[in-house]
Amino acid sequence: MANKETMAIRGGRILDPGRGVDLVGDVLIREGRIAAVGPGVAAEAGRIIDAAGLIVCPGLIDIHCHLRDPGFEHKETIETGTRAAARGGFTTICCMPNTEPPIDSRAGVEYILRTAAAQGAVRVLPIGCITRGRQGKELAEMGELAEASAVGFSDDGSPVADAALMRHALEYASAFGLPVIEHCEEPSLSHEGVMHEGWVANRLGLRGIPAAAEEAAVARNIALAEFAGTHLHVAHVSTAGSVKLVRAAKKRGVQVTAEVTPHHLALTDEAVMLAAPVPSGVEGADGSIGLMYDTNAKVNPPLRPAADVQACIEGLADGTIDAIATDHAPHAIEDKLCEFDLAAFGISGLETALGLCLTLTEDVGAHGHAPPHPGHAPLQMIIERLTAGPVRALGLARFVPGLGSLAEGAPGDVLVFDPEAEWVVEPERFASKGKNTPLAGRTLRGRVVATIYGGKVVYQA
Amino acid sequence: MVQRATRGKPAEEVRPPEGVDIPTWERRHVLDLDDFSRREMEQVIETADAMKEVLSREIRRVPTLRGTIVATLFYETSTRTRSSFELAAKALGADVVSVAAGASSVQKGESLVDSARTLQAIGADILVMRHRHSGAPYLVAGHVDISVINAGDGWHAHPTQALLDAYTIQQHLGDLRGKKVVIVGDILHSRVARSNIWGLTTMGVQVVLCGPPTLLPWGLRPDHRGNENRALPPVEVDTNLDRAIEGADVVMALRLQLERQQAGLLPSLREYMRLYQVDEERLARAKPSVLVMHPGPINEGIELSPAVAHGARSVIEEQVTNGVAVRMALLYLLAKGR
Repeated sequence: MANKETMAIRGGRILDPGRGVDLVGDVLIREGRIAAVGPGVAAEAGRIIDAAGLIVCPGLIDIHCHLRDPGFEHKETIETGTRAAARGGFTTICCMPNTEPPIDSRAGVEYILRTAAAQGAVRVLPIGCITRGRQGKELAEMGELAEASAVGFSDDGSPVADAALMRHALEYASAFGLPVIEHCEEPSLSHEGVMHEGWVANRLGLRGIPAAAEEAAVARNIALAEFAGTHLHVAHVSTAGSVKLVRAAKKRGVQVTAEVTPHHLALTDEAVMLAAPVPSGVEGADGSIGLMYDTNAKVNPPLRPAADVQACIEGLADGTIDAIATDHAPHAIEDKLCEFDLAAFGISGLETALGLCLTLTEDVGAHGHAPPHPGHAPLQMIIERLTAGPVRALGLARFVPGLGSLAEGAPGDVLVFDPEAEWVVEPERFASKGKNTPLAGRTLRGRVVATIYGGKVVYQA
Repeated sequence: MVQRATRGKPAEEVRPPEGVDIPTWERRHVLDLDDFSRREMEQVIETADAMKEVLSREIRRVPTLRGTIVATLFYETSTRTRSSFELAAKALGADVVSVAAGASSVQKGESLVDSARTLQAIGADILVMRHRHSGAPYLVAGHVDISVINAGDGWHAHPTQALLDAYTIQQHLGDLRGKKVVIVGDILHSRVARSNIWGLTTMGVQVVLCGPPTLLPWGLRPDHRGNENRALPPVEVDTNLDRAIEGADVVMALRLQLERQQAGLLPSLREYMRLYQVDEERLARAKPSVLVMHPGPINEGIELSPAVAHGARSVIEEQVTNGVAVRMALLYLLAKGR
């Protein structure tokens, strides 16, 4: 009879954009790996998932998230973060090293891998530090980090301010064939800024972060990568100028890749001042208290105006931007329930990423939050940037052959989702400890039905 | 006539001015003037006039708000605004509770929301707050059931200052419509400027902002990308004071924080004074009836020349007196209007 080691996902629309697959059929998983894909390939199996009317694609890959573990376990742990990933449709996530202590040693990488193996719902690939202690002073022991299986280097939220050190990091990392992932920000320009410098910041009396703070750093780091001839990955691109710089660099052959977050694709800086629902009993005569300072929309890089959002969407569509990455940044309630200037930067994004990205495939004008953009982004493109794109960007296939695809022999990591189902974002139901999202109460379309990791169902709606 | 019938013996009342229909006041909080209608502005000004009469009495005190507790929560030092509110509350017979950051649990890690809720729990009816971070009063207003008055938040808003400015201008010049008010100085970091832009434009004033480009907010200069001024009502902007001051009805100078020079926004105070100080020569370009205003405290000899600050056209001291009347008016409207 049916093998207990097999699983069949039957009758769905199979999208494997990395390999140009778009067909209706079955996916057969045997012993944790993809065994076959096509019409009628899974007549019998130990477990059968009916995917009629649903999309079946490789499990999503997030190359930029924060698991807060070790050091900030009240915000997130490897266990809760990976459950959030599973709930969001992700089967592989790369975690940033801005923990306490930072992941700048073999022990740190091993801690992540060991804990993920024991408690994690999905695959975790750690990113190590560029500099010791993320201090921006001397290089971390990248060789040891690489041996321990770090998949790249980043100081994450602490940009490497010293240009010479950045040059050396790019050069040194190339010995291990690993990318340097840089949060591009010129600190003297973003100095104490809390949101995008534009009319909303002026309206709210908040200190701005100019687009030029990102663009100056992107330009510098591209110049350094071009000079060094090594791989720079630009984290969370957010401005039109950055997209232009990356596009031009790629055109002249610089080894540069880039990612963008779902929130930078779908929200503008106006989200900071959109009136949120007011608890009953405190509303003024007009039903609101007027302007809002939504700390849940405080994120770095900041949400930008519609023209920048549009440029990011275009960059994503034309391949300038290789991947969508969540920059999942969970925080405790007290980190956000405070003055805007004092609130932590970050959005808890793993569980809304798919729904938010799918807003790009519909007419989003009606939803209010998203900026207008012409035409619809094709579903295939969006899924590509969440699967094959990120694997290509960081070269993850060398760590996990077949990752991000449904090729025979690839990991049995599969996402089944309903592209039409609408659901309301309810942060209190997040698996993540971080309930910090500006999307609370918003209706999104596209619901995860099942997340399968290594042939096992790790989340089912 | 308004008086508290429920307690004590009949007391002297404060008489609402002609045409002031108290029950139409439905606002719970005063956070900024961005959502004030012209009618509401007028209502505050008319009520302030009645309050000014109280302040001119021999005994400057009425029991109108007896039993009302006004709490002041100041996270930023401020002598004038705070004492103005406290005098206003006391003149109306209210009890005043003062909490200053540094003298309370504010320093012990208590969150802003908790501090505000504590004041609500001890019975405060109206919370007057000053905070160095923009938006702090909005956070509080979203988490308490009592009224919140913003006594200044960061760079964002200072609605009571802007109301007293409008009141002062109206007392001297009558109808504000069509008047030209030049606000000169550090617009970028000024909550006074932002609230005045809202309040004055609502009253029909032509507002001109003047200052060095480094002290003007993004989007108010024509060379900014997109040239969007969706932040604020339409205003004129001029970096040249000699030109901006031409024919002005009011010149309002803003306080210059002396650290702007260290931050690289200004080459020197000397140059600032040369280009942006309101002195007699420049003032001569304005209307003969021009009013000189300043929210205080003044850096003597920097924003205004001493002759202008203390000269015949200066109404700076009157602004301070009017501040008490306007704050009385707001406390009264918030306590009695609902």
